[in-house]
Amino acid sequence: MKRGGFFRYIDNVVTLELDQGLCTGCGICQEVCPHQVFSLDHGKARIVARDNCMECSACARNCPVQALRVEAGEGCVRAIINELLGREGECC
Amino acid sequence: MKTVPPVAEKGLLPLALTMAEAKPETVFKPPSTDQDFVVGKVASAVGQVARVAASLTGQDRMGSWLVRCNIGRMSFVVDPGLYALGSPNSGSPVLVTANYKMSFDQLRGALPGRDCWLLVLDTKGINVWCAAGKGTFGTVELYDRIIASRLTEVVSHRKIIVPQLGAPGVNGLGIKKHTGFQVVWGPVLASDLPAFLDRGMKAEPAMRCKGFPLAERMALVPVELTQVVGKTCLLMLFFLIFSGLGGGHSFWEASLDMGLFAVLALLAALVSGTVLVPLMLPWLSGRAFSIKGMWTGLFSYLFLVAISGLVSPARIIGPLEAVAWLLMVPALSSWLGMNYTGASTYTSRSGVRHEMLRAIPVQAAAGSAGFLCWLAARFWLT
Repeated sequence: MKRGGFFRYIDNVVTLELDQGLCTGCGICQEVCPHQVFSLDHGKARIVARDNCMECSACARNCPVQALRVEAGEGCVRAIINELLGREGECC
Repeated sequence: MKTVPPVAEKGLLPLALTMAEAKPETVFKPPSTDQDFVVGKVASAVGQVARVAASLTGQDRMGSWLVRCNIGRMSFVVDPGLYALGSPNSGSPVLVTANYKMSFDQLRGALPGRDCWLLVLDTKGINVWCAAGKGTFGTVELYDRIIASRLTEVVSHRKIIVPQLGAPGVNGLGIKKHTGFQVVWGPVLASDLPAFLDRGMKAEPAMRCKGFPLAERMALVPVELTQVVGKTCLLMLFFLIFSGLGGGHSFWEASLDMGLFAVLALLAALVSGTVLVPLMLPWLSGRAFSIKGMWTGLFSYLFLVAISGLVSPARIIGPLEAVAWLLMVPALSSWLGMNYTGASTYTSRSGVRHEMLRAIPVQAAAGSAGFLCWLAARFWLT
């Protein structure tokens, strides 16, 4: 089994968006994504495994034309509780 | 180091420290040679650079084990800055890492017999991936560290290898634009670095994927345990005392009467949520970690009931007490299991929020209902 294909979290919740109109097909998103969310088809990036996305924002941070958007954050209960309570705190 | 220029084009790197703003002792001091893993010095175009050992000692490994158990966590750091591994020259590759000693050790231990430069960023002792998420393993810190270590003089090429898991914090094109160094994304695992270097800095697709193998899942268990063991012990004490206050026997008899089972039930919940969930993660039904935790809690509770006759043959738990723990053990285990999302390598913030908003009301309701049943069993129906 190839690494990374084993685990999947909750479907239809991630905030990842790709504007294919802006995409130049450079492939950086595919390179930095740790969960094989993207593929390159006909010179454009495409989201092929949206539910694999963990919203780390590596792709959006490195997209040269800002074609990617994601509400980044840590998938961590403590971080979210701290955020809801509006306090600073440790996560990992 | 007085030639360090202020950050140009402030709009693009707004947070980068200029010489005036930076604290010299934290940002521009070269790494101390008085660290255990420094074994000598290497000459470079900018002077002597500390050389680090390419193999880990027993002491290094012991440090990692202690940190895994949450001991000495905050002092497990190395000085940020430039180091040499082997005998690098101006053509040797530059590898970037975090100043969490475990990250640094995994990097230097993964490259036996190689000559490289190691550029350690100040991530406040946090590993690369978590620090990238927080932004401390970030574009600005990398920029400052490249300038401060005068990397353009140390090496003649213009490439730096940044771990792929640093990408959430580092804009590679920004680094290229402002320093001239092209960021080459290294593999996810340091152990893939030799193969990556041998293939001309190219990663196989498998080297780009973050998995979550059993060993990695279990390595995170002790830290999770240390965070909840104290609270669980308090809960145990609470149930022992409350059990002692009812039941119509002497305090100690009454305390052991229902309290002993309470201690075992809480232990079952603790183990289910913090050990069994990580252990059986891929095989537990449900995507949400709270559901996985509910299952492990339910099964270990049923197992506990099945063997409780062997543990204390003199006493069989009453029906209401059994219902109480049937509600409380899965609820607690579900909560603990849900907390493991923070340790996992594939959960999104949106997913965790989604799961929390649905699971916490159910966990709270089941826990409260179970506790009321337990109080009823102890004080009103004895």
